[in-house]
Amino acid sequence: MAANEQLAMLIQPDRVHRAVYSDPAIFELEMERIFGRAWLVLGHGSQLPKAGDYFTTRMGREPVIVIRKDDHEIGVLVNRCAHRGATVCAEGRGNVERFVCPYHGWSYDRAGALRAVPFESNYEKGKLPSGLRAVPRVALYRGFIFASLASSGPDLDEFLGPAKSSFDDFADRAPGGELEVAGGVFKHAYNGNWKLMLENHLDGAHPAYVHASSVAVARGAPEPGKPGEEHYFDIAVRQMRQNGAPDAVWEGTGIWTTAHGHGYMGDYHSDDRLVAGLGNPAFDDYRKRLAEQVGQEEADRILRVTLWNTIVYPNCSFMSQFRQLRIIHPLAVDRSVVYTYSFRMKNAPQRMFRDTVAFANVVNGTASWVLTDDLEVYERLQRGLSSGAVDWVYIGRGHGRDIDEADGTRRGATGTSEVFIRGQMRAWLDYMTAQT
Amino acid sequence: MNVEQFLYHEARLLDTHQLEAWLELFTQDATYWVPLERDQKDPIETSSIIYDDRTLLELRVKQARHPRAHARLPLARTVHQVGNVVPLEQKNGELHVSSTLQVIEFRNERQRLYGALVEHRLRRDGDSFRIAHKRVDLVNSEGELDGVAILF
Repeated sequence: MAANEQLAMLIQPDRVHRAVYSDPAIFELEMERIFGRAWLVLGHGSQLPKAGDYFTTRMGREPVIVIRKDDHEIGVLVNRCAHRGATVCAEGRGNVERFVCPYHGWSYDRAGALRAVPFESNYEKGKLPSGLRAVPRVALYRGFIFASLASSGPDLDEFLGPAKSSFDDFADRAPGGELEVAGGVFKHAYNGNWKLMLENHLDGAHPAYVHASSVAVARGAPEPGKPGEEHYFDIAVRQMRQNGAPDAVWEGTGIWTTAHGHGYMGDYHSDDRLVAGLGNPAFDDYRKRLAEQVGQEEADRILRVTLWNTIVYPNCSFMSQFRQLRIIHPLAVDRSVVYTYSFRMKNAPQRMFRDTVAFANVVNGTASWVLTDDLEVYERLQRGLSSGAVDWVYIGRGHGRDIDEADGTRRGATGTSEVFIRGQMRAWLDYMTAQT
Repeated sequence: MNVEQFLYHEARLLDTHQLEAWLELFTQDATYWVPLERDQKDPIETSSIIYDDRTLLELRVKQARHPRAHARLPLARTVHQVGNVVPLEQKNGELHVSSTLQVIEFRNERQRLYGALVEHRLRRDGDSFRIAHKRVDLVNSEGELDGVAILF
């Protein structure tokens, strides 16, 4: 097991050692010290409207059940029978009264307490476990569900810090603040380390190269329809075209990193119809509904926020403006799977959600024009980083020019700065070497 | 050309990378759908692995030819194995045909296998057919899938 001094040598101000991406022993340590300690995004309260509603997911590699308990609070249970260790709940979602282990019929209530054991008199009195292991800390922010496998550590408020503003943007945009997960879940996998995705989503220097082919075909696509008469895919074509924005646009975009490795990027979109739906009757209707809820002044403020991706380290990336949220599950040092969720604003016109779905299909979908090229590059990164011929990975774009801001965030000197990767690596080292 | 021969012809165009000729098999108002969910009813309010009209399908073929289409360069070698072809019904001038599809894909030292139930809606076109609608229900559409850069 690597000592803390050895771990510290892997992370330098403008470079990191390739072992961080390719050493299975380090991966094991990450599961324990990062995914076993940090707050992880698990989903959204709208996935569990009624008592007994549940869905299964993973925290790092631990299989867990997220459930709405009888007291209407959300609980997170490790999906492992206290007896012989089988998962008590099949993968998926549904509504249950009791979880019944398929092996020997031990049953657990919605809070995970052990309720019935067949052949109970055969067990020594007082030796039976009390129930499924409950994940010790669960908290919500603006409807999003977080949990931590560690019983102590920073609370959610401190953990998120300035990154709360991205969740605020996500929820504030919905008239009445009401969001719901809808429209299906993409599950895409790749043969690469989990960090590669988080390091890509705020990287303003990659789209012109990785996405060159989708930019080119989008530029050749028919011009979008008149406002209100758009093709269903226009939003996605607009998005793909924006990936080909001139260097000056990327350089001029704001990019920030926070304590604990989070980060977010200001918007690089210069297309009014993409961002603000200008001239689109559905969007006009939406703006009106938002103003009815919060007043015109507040609605204007909300719609002036222009965030692109936000990273919540270590397991989540989302686009508050386009209502897409991705959760990354590390499976092995060189294998990761990502679940992509779309959100509907309950009180917005239907057309808005159709745009969200079209956006998901064409940009974030498993067979999409955009994502497939990212996945190809992650796999090529992993192959290169598996080679011992060269040890160091350079993360120095913009290094030495980072700006510490009054709110505790650190801003990249330009929008293509790798400041956010340096922030993630600082957080990585903090988690990996923390004394607890 | 009968229905079986037409479906074999379509598969052969894909397997020999004659993507432009494959595209020409589709009518101008065609839709090409690979649903995300089992028994998915709706392609508008639920995401799809692919939901293309003719315009998007054309963009897909164009991307495959782009010199910097990283996930498609080189294009995967494939075998599309069509089976269990059953003409279902004739409706509104279209022949509804059900079939099964197995695709073996090879690229980057990795072989992958897909299985799908397929539905074609075909319109007669002289001695041949045109595809007005093609739906491909992958058996693992709801599973954890690596990036898909081939056509079914």
